[in-house]
Amino acid sequence: MTFTTLAAPTAYAGTPRRGPVTRLLEDERWLAMLLLLPTLALLGLFIAYPFVEGVRLSVTDAKVGVPGQFVGLQNFERIWNDDIFHVAVWNTCVYTAVATVFKLALGLWLALLLNHHFKGKAFTRAFILLPFIIPTVLSTLAWKWMFDPTFSVINWMLFRLGVIHSRINWLGDPHLALISVIIVNVWRGVPFYAIALLAGLQTISPELHEAAAIDGARAWQRFRHVTWPLLLPVTLVIVLFSVIQTFADFQLVYVLTGGGPANATQLFATYAYQLGIGTGLLSQGATISLAVFPVLLLVVIVQLLYIRQVETH
Amino acid sequence: MVRIDRRRLLKLSGAGAVAASAGGGLAAILASGRAPAYAQTTSIHWVRWSDFVPASDKLLREKIVPEGEKVLGMKIRFETINANDIQARVTSAIQSGNGPDIIMALNNWPQLYATSLADVSDVTDEIGKAHGGYYDMCKAVGIYQGKWIGVPWAIGGGLVAYRKSWLAEVGYEKFPVTWDQWHDAGKKLKANGHPIGQTLGHTFGDAPGFWYPYLWSWGGKEVEADGKTVVLNTKETVESVKFAIALWNDCCDPGGLAWDDSSNNRAFLAGTISLTNNGASIYLEAKKKPDSYLTESGKPMKDDISHAPIGTGAAGHFALPGPFIDMVMGYSKNQKAAKDFLRWIHTKPVFEEWFTSQQGYTDGATRYWEEDPVWDIDPVLKPFRDLPNSGRLMGYAGPPSQQAAEVQTKYIIVDMYAKAVQGMKPEDSVKWAHEELVKVYA
Repeated sequence: MTFTTLAAPTAYAGTPRRGPVTRLLEDERWLAMLLLLPTLALLGLFIAYPFVEGVRLSVTDAKVGVPGQFVGLQNFERIWNDDIFHVAVWNTCVYTAVATVFKLALGLWLALLLNHHFKGKAFTRAFILLPFIIPTVLSTLAWKWMFDPTFSVINWMLFRLGVIHSRINWLGDPHLALISVIIVNVWRGVPFYAIALLAGLQTISPELHEAAAIDGARAWQRFRHVTWPLLLPVTLVIVLFSVIQTFADFQLVYVLTGGGPANATQLFATYAYQLGIGTGLLSQGATISLAVFPVLLLVVIVQLLYIRQVETH
Repeated sequence: MVRIDRRRLLKLSGAGAVAASAGGGLAAILASGRAPAYAQTTSIHWVRWSDFVPASDKLLREKIVPEGEKVLGMKIRFETINANDIQARVTSAIQSGNGPDIIMALNNWPQLYATSLADVSDVTDEIGKAHGGYYDMCKAVGIYQGKWIGVPWAIGGGLVAYRKSWLAEVGYEKFPVTWDQWHDAGKKLKANGHPIGQTLGHTFGDAPGFWYPYLWSWGGKEVEADGKTVVLNTKETVESVKFAIALWNDCCDPGGLAWDDSSNNRAFLAGTISLTNNGASIYLEAKKKPDSYLTESGKPMKDDISHAPIGTGAAGHFALPGPFIDMVMGYSKNQKAAKDFLRWIHTKPVFEEWFTSQQGYTDGATRYWEEDPVWDIDPVLKPFRDLPNSGRLMGYAGPPSQQAAEVQTKYIIVDMYAKAVQGMKPEDSVKWAHEELVKVYA
């Protein structure tokens, strides 16, 4: 019996030799890591680094140009006893809560209207985005003119219509000032809600509505039992983004009132700016900014858990 | 064929270029990383606020800076930004160690950034000697641990701009001097539909510009001269707050609680208020456009405007002028060029051109400018000349320290009055402000 020695299979002459890098990239784990690297670098540079730097600053007595020494939780103790900080916390919570409720309600209403077919639909959809597109500082300056104690066009109009007999001190009265900044925030935020919710509405199959209508469901019942449950996950994500943005709002209040009168519109961000930039106390500014973090973290965790629960069901 | 590599080529070309450059040729130039002197242009970057007198910015941009470039052989990048944005710019520049070479500072800002600024004592010594010496307030803000940390440029400040005819209508041919006279005149003015216009909002210039001197005029002060002992909660301060409530309710435009630094300018020029504490910008604007700003009788408003100091209280009358100081940044690699430029621009003929363009909006930083002919051009602006002499700085009776800046940035003194006019008991608003000051100065 002859044995034919089976030679080891030789590589096909035409196949190029694979280098170590190619071999490494053929491993999906390494390839995935490589593809993730740019994102990781961006996140690290623009999110992780500033956050870590913020934490570092908050436990030092750093000032502009002075690195500072480690002081533990002294800055947190200081802001805990700071009356203006307490006012800023309260204002920020009221500002965020009221603005979010109104933005959601008006945004949903607008989205439902825009979801209907009507003449000039595309134009209207583009038009309502304007408040969101215009740079905040510019639109806020326009609002500042409209709320101007002396030259307010709103006062002029109400006066002409006979609604008021003396001018309304929109930004000078502490309660009205907070209401005014909330109005501007709602005006600016509604388009974002409307367009995002409209996108959500358009993913809902019309057949579901038709089926419900055939079963005798009226408009409100169709909204309550068909539209709303299907729109809820999208809504929660939008609210999550909005709460984070509103909580950290700065430009609007900075331009309209600078936090005044007598801190009636002072928010976390404006107060952090006042201390960090206006006084050069970087550590205290960072501490105030960081004080927002646990609150926002809690909001995010609760909302994400709720979203998961909604999606599971 | 002889192969000439890159190094060899550089050496050869360097040897050939010796005649052209004593510095050792291309190789040396490359090694030094600098262009040869004849090809090299030093460049400096100067940041200032957007001036309330636009003609002065125009003059700097179109004439003085180009002239400086020619005389000094350097490139000068001149940039103007909103005054409210300067501190953000300074902070980012210092923290990153990169940015403009010279930045204009207002109030006591140089003290906030003292350790990050270059020593410019050599320049200020020269200018000070040549120009009759700096005012004390420039020294208080510009000197840190015995060294000058900025070159004082000028001093800005406010006086009360008022409508002569409206004051005369209520029996005040001469502007009211005491606070009681202010109250009397203000009540009548408001009844006539021409209230006093004064901001009580969070705005950097006009709000502290009135309420700090108001406090001082009653004998109130933040701290003792040691700069530590808070003494705000006194009978004098409480009296000042009580009077402020009456003054506000009886005499002032309530919209002032929301005013920024430009609101009173607009209100005055629109004829809705009779008097306001401000820089000379209201008058200068009315003067620039005599056909646009008219009185109710159709005459140019400029002829009906005059200036006076704010009221006098038991302790006297004061002002809060703000020194403008050019800071040469510590990180700058062009400190020498920056100093040369400042030295040049402060020479009398050059600076005089700018000073004249201000028409009296600012005072000089040195006493020499008190005698400048600009003060004889327009008698309406002449009262601004004496502002530095009645001036105090924030933090009085202590130095204009970081704590004083914090008190101002938090608007504690302004809000003490704002809270009271909004309904808080005077004793409580003073107590609140005192406690806030104690925390700041702790």
